[in-house]
Amino acid sequence: MEKTEDVLILAIESSCDETAAAVIKNGREVLSNVISSQIALHTLYGGVVPEIASRKHIEKINQVIEEALQEAGVTLEDITAIAVTYGPGLVGALLVGVSAAKAISFAANKPLIGVHHIEGHICANYIENKQLEPPFACLVVSGGHTHLVVVKDYGEYEILGKTRDDAAGEAFDKVARAIGLGYPGGPKIDKLSKEGNPDAIAFPRAKVANAVYDFSFSGLKSAVLNYLNSCEMKGFEVNRADVAASFQKAVIDVLVEHAMEAVKEYGFTKLAIAGGVASNSGLREAFEKACAKRKIEFYHPSPIFCTDNAAMIGVAGYYEYLKGSRSGYDLNAVPNLKLGER
Amino acid sequence: MKILALDSSGLVASVAVIENDNLIAEYTMNHKKTHSQTLVPMLDEIRNMIELDMETIDAIALAAGPGSFTGLRIGSATAKGLGLALNKPVIAVPTVDALAYNLYGSTSVICPLMDARRNQVYTGLYEFVREPESTIYEMKHVLEQCAVDIQEIADKINELGREVIFLGDGVSVFAEKLADIIKVPYSFAPACCNRQRAACVATLGQVLYEKGIVQTAAEHAPDYLRLSQAERERAEAQKNV
Repeated sequence: MEKTEDVLILAIESSCDETAAAVIKNGREVLSNVISSQIALHTLYGGVVPEIASRKHIEKINQVIEEALQEAGVTLEDITAIAVTYGPGLVGALLVGVSAAKAISFAANKPLIGVHHIEGHICANYIENKQLEPPFACLVVSGGHTHLVVVKDYGEYEILGKTRDDAAGEAFDKVARAIGLGYPGGPKIDKLSKEGNPDAIAFPRAKVANAVYDFSFSGLKSAVLNYLNSCEMKGFEVNRADVAASFQKAVIDVLVEHAMEAVKEYGFTKLAIAGGVASNSGLREAFEKACAKRKIEFYHPSPIFCTDNAAMIGVAGYYEYLKGSRSGYDLNAVPNLKLGER
Repeated sequence: MKILALDSSGLVASVAVIENDNLIAEYTMNHKKTHSQTLVPMLDEIRNMIELDMETIDAIALAAGPGSFTGLRIGSATAKGLGLALNKPVIAVPTVDALAYNLYGSTSVICPLMDARRNQVYTGLYEFVREPESTIYEMKHVLEQCAVDIQEIADKINELGREVIFLGDGVSVFAEKLADIIKVPYSFAPACCNRQRAACVATLGQVLYEKGIVQTAAEHAPDYLRLSQAERERAEAQKNV
């Protein structure tokens, strides 16, 4: 029998503040994963500034792609197809990756595959868990997204619940700013939480009426701000570590509870987490415990594949490639692209 | 020598291929669709129509700014992607220079106007000069491309005291205002030559290429002529401390 040829995907990601490119072999093997982060730059402004992010992407995009090819030890000629994030994300940022990917696809005569950013985050779980296959439940938590998703098959998703207001990561950023930790909030709160008492302050665990799997974090954020205000008015000294720990626990409790309810209701034996907040150590521990108790297999990517990266886009792109999905040269950035839409 | 040129700096999307002194193809659109949806499909159409082997291109020229930030980046990322895939250099042509080149040989002063919002324009002043023995005109800067208040460029024009031709998408925005503030004879360029054209970018690109003024695709970035709003505000705030 003839040996089937390797499928090499060159993937490009520029949806927010990381310029990234990667080469993925046969869907699950990462040959390279280059990420140029702009975090230091945006820290000056207390958050991501879209215009600055877009300008940085343009400056870095070719170096990042060239480095990804070089590290993988391949040339553009060896590549089977080009995958690129086309949404959701910041439109100006997305357009840099999309435009570059289209031009490369056009000039090198390689098929082009537009990839959904969240789909990429979910697929990050395939990289280090070679045995993981759909169906499974996945909780996507990041600065822009909080989605509880059923992964029915490769590229087939059903959204069970999502946030009605702030994303989990957004709440982390806002609370971090309020207690003077700065941007990005997630890792800073996670670190400070370790020194605090998670039961010190009773912050609310919000439920959304008639939507058991939906989330709401704006109430929690307000409760933290009110607590800080009232301490200031009464002249109490705020224990920042306790605030961080209690806040983080409140977020985690809701995430775990919703995910466990879904797993029980749908009878899943596998649960994965994904997205930037999935590298939060408190969140991981809580999920490990909850899953062990219920004998559910728990999956999570390493932090490097939780943050925005192109390897995950390459994995998602690979499965789209196998299904025959191809994008045209008119592929546009879609800032509010819905999961499961194409 | 073969040059592929792009211009997506304004409302117009335009692509062209020139070979030495011949324009082989040009495709210009001024329609609602975004440049992201039109630019590469237009390139594809040209490639098919003229049976273009992309490997035969010597360089990619583009209108490198100023212009709409997003438009510039779509052009720039496209040029960079082409340059990366073909291993060819990028030629950054000043947008306003290329716009002015529409009116080659004019004896009037040329003043392109691109609407830059906040009552500002991306503009410049140009003239065509021919040495007595020469068979071609050379375009000279009277004022290099810049982002200024409409009043400021009007003052410069009045001071110069020469007849001027306006062109560009800023003309319709500021036509009434110009009637009030311009004190010299002036006119507006007609539809055939009053917007960005990639053929002009290619022609000026060839001049720069011959002078060795090229960039690697990796190092190229647009010349916005303006900081982002966040950077401007931050600089202001620091000045006031």
